[in-house]
Amino acid sequence: MTRADRSRLPLVGPTLPFRFSRINKDRLTNKLVLWSAEHRTLPVVTFMLVLPVGSAADFEGYEGLAAMTGDMMDEGTGNLSAIDVNGAFARIGAHLETDVSADATMFTVTVLAKFAQQALSLFADCVIRPRMDVADFDRIRQLRLTRLVQIRDMPSAIADRAFMQVVYGTHPYAHMALGTEESLRQLSIDTVKMFHSRMYRASNATLIASGDIAAEEFERMAADTFGTWVDGAPEIPEDAAIAAPPAAPVHRLVIVDKPGSAQSEIRIGEVGLSRDTPDYHPLIVLNMILGGQFVSRINMKLRQEKGLTYGARTAFDFRRGRGPFVLQTSVQSDGTGEAIQASLLEIHAIRTDRPPTGEEVEVAKAALTRGYPRNFETAEQIARAMAQLVLYGLPDDYFDTFTSRIADVTVDRARQMAATHLHPDRLATAIVSDSSIVLPQLAAAGLGEPTPLLPRL
Amino acid sequence: MKIPFTQHTLENGLRVIIHEDRRLPMVAVNLWYHVGSKNELPGRTGFAHLFEHLMFEGSQHYDKGYFHPLQEAGAALNGSTNPDRTNYWEVVPTNALDLALWMESDRMGYLLPALTTQKFETQREVVLNERRQNYENRPYGLSASAIVKALFPSNHPYHWLTIGETEDLKAATFEDVREFFSTYYHPANASLVVAGDVDTEDALARVRQHFDEIPPGPKPAPLDSTAETTTERRLLLEDRIELPRLYLSWHSPAMFTDGDAEMDLVSDLFANGKVSRLYKALVYERRIASEVMAFQNSRELTGFWQVVATAAPGHSLVELQQGIDEELAKLTDSGPTEDEMQRGHAQIEAQFVYRLQTLGGFGGKADQLNAYSVFVNDPGYFERDMARYAAITQQDLHGAVRKYLRKDNRVLLSVVPKGKLSLALPDSTPAVVS
Repeated sequence: MTRADRSRLPLVGPTLPFRFSRINKDRLTNKLVLWSAEHRTLPVVTFMLVLPVGSAADFEGYEGLAAMTGDMMDEGTGNLSAIDVNGAFARIGAHLETDVSADATMFTVTVLAKFAQQALSLFADCVIRPRMDVADFDRIRQLRLTRLVQIRDMPSAIADRAFMQVVYGTHPYAHMALGTEESLRQLSIDTVKMFHSRMYRASNATLIASGDIAAEEFERMAADTFGTWVDGAPEIPEDAAIAAPPAAPVHRLVIVDKPGSAQSEIRIGEVGLSRDTPDYHPLIVLNMILGGQFVSRINMKLRQEKGLTYGARTAFDFRRGRGPFVLQTSVQSDGTGEAIQASLLEIHAIRTDRPPTGEEVEVAKAALTRGYPRNFETAEQIARAMAQLVLYGLPDDYFDTFTSRIADVTVDRARQMAATHLHPDRLATAIVSDSSIVLPQLAAAGLGEPTPLLPRL
Repeated sequence: MKIPFTQHTLENGLRVIIHEDRRLPMVAVNLWYHVGSKNELPGRTGFAHLFEHLMFEGSQHYDKGYFHPLQEAGAALNGSTNPDRTNYWEVVPTNALDLALWMESDRMGYLLPALTTQKFETQREVVLNERRQNYENRPYGLSASAIVKALFPSNHPYHWLTIGETEDLKAATFEDVREFFSTYYHPANASLVVAGDVDTEDALARVRQHFDEIPPGPKPAPLDSTAETTTERRLLLEDRIELPRLYLSWHSPAMFTDGDAEMDLVSDLFANGKVSRLYKALVYERRIASEVMAFQNSRELTGFWQVVATAAPGHSLVELQQGIDEELAKLTDSGPTEDEMQRGHAQIEAQFVYRLQTLGGFGGKADQLNAYSVFVNDPGYFERDMARYAAITQQDLHGAVRKYLRKDNRVLLSVVPKGKLSLALPDSTPAVVS
């Protein structure tokens, strides 16, 4: 047998074609939209209910309402108490998972195929006919208030809040799904019931199934369980996050003082782009180069060259409205000034004197496309992929065409993205650290005097 | 339910396990070295993990970093170190299998010529920052260190955390690297899984082509060490937190030994999920805790079982301890209910099936085959693993609770806000952490 040739790396073949599962669509008489994709590898089914209403739709002064409402869905239905509901799911090896983001409320149940009917029936009872007892509401709200107290001690969570507050000001994206102590205290069981009755409408929702289930079987099960959901005219308000673009930040450098911190949590960024931008694909190529993978410029500089951090990355968070572009890292306290300076320099350089090179663009494109099929292994991954299509109005062949859309990104296009969409004069920096250690470094680095900030909690 | 495989041992002692799964055009390469922080010595802790970082810094025939060619080929890749083992994995498109095997074999066979003091110094700084980020700057982040120090005597391999002591990391030398590599990083101390879109014969030939040339080393002698606690110990730790938290820890069976699966099931029925006993009593009904959890920490030499409860605002750790002890007493007296057994078995069955969904990465099929290969010397243990859970009866669980969860052999750690020592359980003494 021949030994491997160690004088050069083995060649890698061309990118392999990938096809997403066929999506079957139907609609119940109450207008609930049904999507499903068969994926028969194991006896597992994932059900997902997608509502295009998230924390950005919280009423002003009532931040935390969407998340609180979502959290009430496994707190009892009919004769079943909160404990009973969770026991019923547990007896079939499942639970109801709730995820409330800025754009959406999503519920997920993954279950063995033999329990699919039982799971879907319980799922429907939970979200259509929640008990909404005031005692349960009080307890859940108290747990959320306690969570806010705990967050005060979590530097990464504080940094996220400080950054969004500085960049988004009064925009609906400025607050976190959890809300604040003040806004949670404003909530009552009646507000939650009102939000539920307005937003949780069959005609506003999509029920997704993926895995070991045929479309006809799913559609029959859905009719049996979710068919009782009373239709009503949707009362979805105009998306305030799209209606009002955020204003430029008032402060460009803020610090949350945490005496005794072992490190500095840092966020640097600005308002980015919305999911429907035509620049979506070239932007993710650019982001790979800047901070979207291990070998990105930012991580190589801060971690591999300087050893200042365990890791640093950048991301564009594409939402229905314009989500943030953010660089995030946690660095040793005595390297805070140096890390911020180096980060700002990299963002400046990629749009001026060191634009993306041909090789960098090719590597980024290959990294995004060659391993693409691994994103679609499990029933839950496939359901989540379909939820993205639903939420952002993407075409059914979106995943089939992803590779060719990335392949079309040229070096010039990547360079244009950097020049157009990164704005060094708009970047805001939030630091959570021990001020006494960090302030002298910021002055020495010429970054100026930071504004002390107390994040709204 | 099983994970079909074939097993081969190369002449240099490398165990090779191939699993065909042709659903998607990708292959998982997963390589375990049977070394972890338990193989370190006091004063030199954290080295196994620091060494893992060095494995990503390039090897003799490709010295420009480990990530670059693999990310360009579309790979996902990572590695991790725990007390018992160090694992490395790549998930690559089918046509990049040779590249993954080339890279893994090059760092197994030819790491040292490419290592420099500069790489070593930089990764030491990275690891110190990892420690600051994930332990020192995280609420309750040093509690695990306090607990293992109290549970295991100073010469026991589990006395320290895998991340290591800061002073030891600073004292580590470049010279230590060579000895560690030659002792632990060779074919006879490793197990390789290739899983996915491959033909077994073809994959085995490719493995041979890349790994046959690497010389074997001496197999490290197995460690054998047991520890027990014979009294209740009460410790306290101050931290930058607002809500006090109580950790209760007991010695428990080693991974895959009698009682291990039982204690895993006990964790769930006792404190995991809204339907568990502790959640119901302390969070739902009495509202004195804000969160509760329990775990069976299964390890190769021995295990430990833990309950964690965080106080609700205005409530004390004394109240939590009393509440937990009441629930423990009920479980010890009467054992689990029929309903708890049914739920436990249903959840375990589902979890075993869900585990088969993912080919590579942490916890995927390739990683599972290697765990079984390294810890029970049988890659086919999946079915037996499922069976040992399925066979557990009400009496078994009750027996395990009575045997392991006694009040006189546990460590109680109170974590309290800085300066508020009076919030700890009475008679607690300051814990040692560093």
